[in-house]
Amino acid sequence: MRKEFSSWIENFGKEDRRVIFLTGDLGFAALENVESALKERFINMGVCEQNMVSVAAGLADQGLTPLCYSIAPFAVFRPYEQIRLDVALHKLNVKIVGNGGGFGYGIMGASHHALEDIAVLSVLQDFACFIPFCNSDVAGACEALFTFSGPSYLRLGFGAWPAGIGAFPAFTAIRQLVNARQAKPKVTIVGMGPVLLNIFPWILEESRADVFVVSKMPISEPSSELLDSVRESHLLWVIEEHSARGGLGEHLSAHLARLGIAFRLRHSHAQGYPDGLYGSQLYHQTQSRLDTAALRSISRELMP
Amino acid sequence: MEAPLVSAIEDANISNSMDLKLSENRHTLDRLAEARRQCAAKILELYKTAGAGHIGSSLSCLEILVDLCFQRMGADDVLVLSKGHAAAALYTTLSLSGRLPEADLSSFYKDGTLLAAHPPCSRRIQAIPFGTGSLGHGLGLACGIALSQRFTEKQFNVFIVLSDGDCNEGSTWEAVLFASQQKLSPLTVVVDLNGIQGIGYTKDILNLEPIADKWRAFGFAVAVADNGNDFADLARAYQQVANSPGPRCIVARTIKGHGISYMADTVEWHYLPMEDEHYAQALSELRKAEGAAPVL
Repeated sequence: MRKEFSSWIENFGKEDRRVIFLTGDLGFAALENVESALKERFINMGVCEQNMVSVAAGLADQGLTPLCYSIAPFAVFRPYEQIRLDVALHKLNVKIVGNGGGFGYGIMGASHHALEDIAVLSVLQDFACFIPFCNSDVAGACEALFTFSGPSYLRLGFGAWPAGIGAFPAFTAIRQLVNARQAKPKVTIVGMGPVLLNIFPWILEESRADVFVVSKMPISEPSSELLDSVRESHLLWVIEEHSARGGLGEHLSAHLARLGIAFRLRHSHAQGYPDGLYGSQLYHQTQSRLDTAALRSISRELMP
Repeated sequence: MEAPLVSAIEDANISNSMDLKLSENRHTLDRLAEARRQCAAKILELYKTAGAGHIGSSLSCLEILVDLCFQRMGADDVLVLSKGHAAAALYTTLSLSGRLPEADLSSFYKDGTLLAAHPPCSRRIQAIPFGTGSLGHGLGLACGIALSQRFTEKQFNVFIVLSDGDCNEGSTWEAVLFASQQKLSPLTVVVDLNGIQGIGYTKDILNLEPIADKWRAFGFAVAVADNGNDFADLARAYQQVANSPGPRCIVARTIKGHGISYMADTVEWHYLPMEDEHYAQALSELRKAEGAAPVL
């Protein structure tokens, strides 16, 4: 998604001169086009994420639209107090952009993974997280990110929407990707981020599941289609490359419970490093039973 | 609101008469001393009414803030108090210089106030751009405000007041590197170096000396006010770095609890609230100091 993001911001930043692109010394072979287009409005802040966010807050205070870019854990966890105090509590229009959400940086190891980013950001006052679920969803997510005037986060990952299965709906906070062909769905599947692509295209053959993707957190209002689906299926299967605590599963479950909707939750989520070993993104997905084979096995279990 | 005072330094540049210069300097310093006395009395009243501490911290930076609010800052200039625990000094100097309604001061520390123990967020008070209180945030914020001028039509000065504790924080030194790299000429840092932190003396916790050399090594134009509680000494320090093409740093060597004998240079008056007898003595000492001629 990094390529799609840099292409979008290059064009947008050329037109909107309020955009100030700050990077924490990252973006090799990815952001050169942005630097050329934005010129003095592209600033390498050095490996100083705390200062990057505070400077962004100062810029936003003066009416500019700064964006802080880094690898997701560096963009979120190191400067978290600056995000909370300088940005969120002041309701400033600062965009945090984290590349490689979840296990996206694979063999780079735990320091480069972000399994708790949505949890810690979505609890902040008036904060919005935007999570595109495939590469071609990035442009829509960026438009939503810059339409939203406030503290916000863009979580980038990687994944292609499969060819030959038609288009997906335009970016909104919650979208329905698959309609069960039966009158009543057996399962309501709700995912966040590119890990959801691991159920495509085979989930289309199951014909008994409704599939939704959540692309903005925290959820302000679940869609009526999603609520109706859970009311009928009574079985919610949440898939996310994020920790269970504070992730999509807990957020959505709380919403449904508040509405008095009875359901059972099956939660596929990042489980950290169960054996203390490291590998590719697929290795870690497999460890957490988020890989295609594991998800297909769970699907058969839920829809025998 | 006080009429803007002409800087003693600017006066000196335009005056052909040494006598006139000394006279004007004396007038300016007298006005600042009177503003300082009024602010100190109000600070003591606020803390006594609230039954709260951080008195020593407010008194150590009071002359720095009075100098900024009563003469140095223009209408568009921005002040960031990174040592947010000295909020009472900030509220008082802003109020008595016409930037905050004086009536608001009576809400200090009370439920439903904007004037909490540390400054409020979200520009609810226009003269306070950022809520601070967690050390190490102020300089980065000030850098962002200063940097913004490259992309807007605005031109103004940005003043930022740091504490000893602020200089412990790594984020402060990230911002120092950045300000120097970007040659942020609108930026002036004032370090209120009173030598005391939360529960001990700075030299015994994380020694900052030689602090002026550190700021110089990072690329700032540095001047030291050996008596940072003296307006004339502060003015001399500002003059020394006035023509710097990059960011400036005034190291103001101050006394925590300045002006109150039993508070001066003590660790405990970072936190202690005043009992009745403390308050009476403080007011008495303030009255005795009234009318004392400032040192030129």
